[in-house]
Amino acid sequence: MTTSESQRSAPAVDAMSLADVPIRPPRRTRTRASVIAILLVCAYALQSLVRNPAMHWHVVGHYLFSVDILKGIEVTLLLTFATMLLSLLIGGVLARMRISGSPVLRTISTAYVWTFRALPVLVVLVVFFNLALFYPHLTIGVPFGHAFISIRSQTVVTPMIAAIAAFTLNESAYASEILRASILAIDKGQWEAAAAIGMPRRRAFRRIILPQAIRIATPPLANDTINVLKGTALVAFIGVSDLLYSAQQIYQINFEVVPLLIVVTIWYVILVGILTGFQYMLERRMARKGIWAPRSRTVARIVERAT
Amino acid sequence: MTDPTVEIAGVSKRFGDTVVVDSVDLSVARGETVCIIGPSGAGKTTLLRCINHLERPSAGAVIVNGAIMGYKVVDGALVELPDRAIARQRARIGMVFQHFNLFSHLTVVENVLEGPLRVRGEPRAAATARARKTLARVGMAHKADAMPRELSGGQQQRVAIARALTMEPELMLFDEPTSALDPEMVGEVLEVMRGLTGLGLATIIVTHEIGFANEVADRVVFMDHGAVVEEGPAASVLRNPTSVRLQQFLEKVL
Repeated sequence: MTTSESQRSAPAVDAMSLADVPIRPPRRTRTRASVIAILLVCAYALQSLVRNPAMHWHVVGHYLFSVDILKGIEVTLLLTFATMLLSLLIGGVLARMRISGSPVLRTISTAYVWTFRALPVLVVLVVFFNLALFYPHLTIGVPFGHAFISIRSQTVVTPMIAAIAAFTLNESAYASEILRASILAIDKGQWEAAAAIGMPRRRAFRRIILPQAIRIATPPLANDTINVLKGTALVAFIGVSDLLYSAQQIYQINFEVVPLLIVVTIWYVILVGILTGFQYMLERRMARKGIWAPRSRTVARIVERAT
Repeated sequence: MTDPTVEIAGVSKRFGDTVVVDSVDLSVARGETVCIIGPSGAGKTTLLRCINHLERPSAGAVIVNGAIMGYKVVDGALVELPDRAIARQRARIGMVFQHFNLFSHLTVVENVLEGPLRVRGEPRAAATARARKTLARVGMAHKADAMPRELSGGQQQRVAIARALTMEPELMLFDEPTSALDPEMVGEVLEVMRGLTGLGLATIIVTHEIGFANEVADRVVFMDHGAVVEEGPAASVLRNPTSVRLQQFLEKVL
């Protein structure tokens, strides 16, 4: 009895006796408690929303797939994709200018990025909307010389065009920084190995550097796309009927403010969800050829089931 | 020494005030293997990079197959060639880097094919057959469709050698090809390099493997502080060094 007691209190462990002892995960009591607390808070918040009489869920259901809202989504998506496409093109050119050997090109690119990152998008948007005040006529011709074509700004620069131009000026500045950083992230040895097998710099850039840089740029560019999508809601200021402005036009007539904002919320969440899924698939396709593995298993499962 | 493939004439390279390569003269003939040895910072790698114009020499010139590397003579002065012309010159010079520098987004066989397809414009079928043959030569045919990151350092370096060889170079440059490798992988790379000595290429190897230099080199060049200190047949330079600096160096590394 006394011997067994003294054995129990002894700090020394007989390693051999542990060889066949099963390993059990520790009970994380505190983690469990906080999980339960958080779930309760979430459930309460959710029910307060769902059962809120101001929601008018039947109105939400009525407008969720209404023609005006769907048309608004179309405009939102058009703005987003046009902006991203043009921004990638212009951003790519700006990035190349920024890393070029010419100080003039570098300075121009730097000044552009500085300016359009400094200006609030809304300011640029309103400026473009009022372009006719600065430039009543747009002309094509010899600079400082003869003009071949001259048209009134108001006929060319529709609110839609003004919006795409404003968003593109802003986003291309950010995209160029992402692309520049991605290009610089590629090891110098890749340029040298391409040079050593006899590739001119331009082809080395296109064949060796760019494909690797795009992989690095994909997550931040996808992030930017989501930001651009949400940012397009600013067109409400210049009367372009995107998702948000279409809803506003409806509730200005029927005063169902909350249900229509719910409709807008639902759609933005869905659209961003689709973009996220698309980003994941893109990353997975590229991961197959190397560099990095998917980050979220939940997203992975959702996308795998969907495809 | 008939018709030298490479002639290095008074090449110097300065970075700011630091002289890294100090007026080096060296010529290597067709079929000849030259090893450059010396302590770190002796300018060996920089000299090698001057040969294919990855570094622009501050003075002097490199002549490869009778043409000035990277320059043309205009009104008695050297004027740098346009990028495309330099690229054409480099296509005939193979280079193997310390850190392999395989194109990480391409498979092994695509790495080897990039030069023949995109630089020389060969038809794909013929180029692929040749690329696979070259991969077999370095013992990497079984990994043709692997990505570089799936390979060990020694395997990557063997693929890098194959990538250089498929361009059918007249001159091969090796920049410390085994310095970044784990000890047990050094042997396989040296084995592949040994197999190249019979191909009739001019070969310049910057290396710390003195035993290997002794074995494969027709000539050994010892550099220190940017200058060539001693040069001659491997046996005499390595066994009977005349300069104190080479004696000290060999004592340390052997």
